Amino acid sequence: MTVRDAVFLFIVIVAGTGGELAVTHTMKQIGEVQSFYPHHLLRVILRAFRSGWMWFGLALMTLSFFSLLMLLSWENVSFVVPVTALSYVLGAFGGKFLLGERVEPRRWLGVALVCLGVLLVCVG
Amino acid sequence: MKLPHRLHGKTICLIGLMAIFGSLGDVLLRKGMKQIGAVSNWRPDALLATFERTFHSGPIWLGITSLLLFFVAYVLVLSWADYSYVQPASATGYLFVALLGYLLLGEVIPRMRWIGVLVICLGVLLVGGTPPRTTEEG
Repeated sequence: MTVRDAVFLFIVIVAGTGGELAVTHTMKQIGEVQSFYPHHLLRVILRAFRSGWMWFGLALMTLSFFSLLMLLSWENVSFVVPVTALSYVLGAFGGKFLLGERVEPRRWLGVALVCLGVLLVCVG
Repeated sequence: MKLPHRLHGKTICLIGLMAIFGSLGDVLLRKGMKQIGAVSNWRPDALLATFERTFHSGPIWLGITSLLLFFVAYVLVLSWADYSYVQPASATGYLFVALLGYLLLGEVIPRMRWIGVLVICLGVLLVGGTPPRTTEEG
């Protein structure tokens, strides 16, 4: 992995995770989606887009997406995508400290295994 | 707090859709970017021209469509399940990505990388065994 790859990977992970946390925050405010009828779904989507957090999340996800495109122009998808699993570390910490979710020891172990897997992918 | 039983079926179904659409989307993006070529010119006009080419690529649009379907499933499932549950549980897609990269794009995948992907999936299985929601509703 080159320095250039590492920089873009960092942007993909941080902007992507930040964006997902912001979108999660929006959806938690809206509450559980119980009906899957198109007009009900449309209402949920319109409500979500009235939230500033949703737009902030989408902006970060767009940045992450374009950075991913750059990475995919240089490296194989079977390398790029598994390596982005590093976002699990950020996701678990973000879920715990920003959203107040309780992350159980077993879940932390899973996250640690994911990190080991990413390391092996890099070595391979 | 445990999820009501009725939520487990639709959670698993939506996470399955996320894995399929997410990995297919990534593979199609790689196919499109491979056709466009490696980004090597960092001048703003050259970058702009590259992104313009990106949006004239069929595989890229198919990839974006697939990722949008992934996103819809993702947003729906997030309305009742925790982020730190959904994000790792959807990672079975990593195995699909490697498989599709190998089968559709002919990528050479060293044995160590396959092992790494499987270890990621093992981590995912552990994470998936935990309750999907730990925060109170409201």
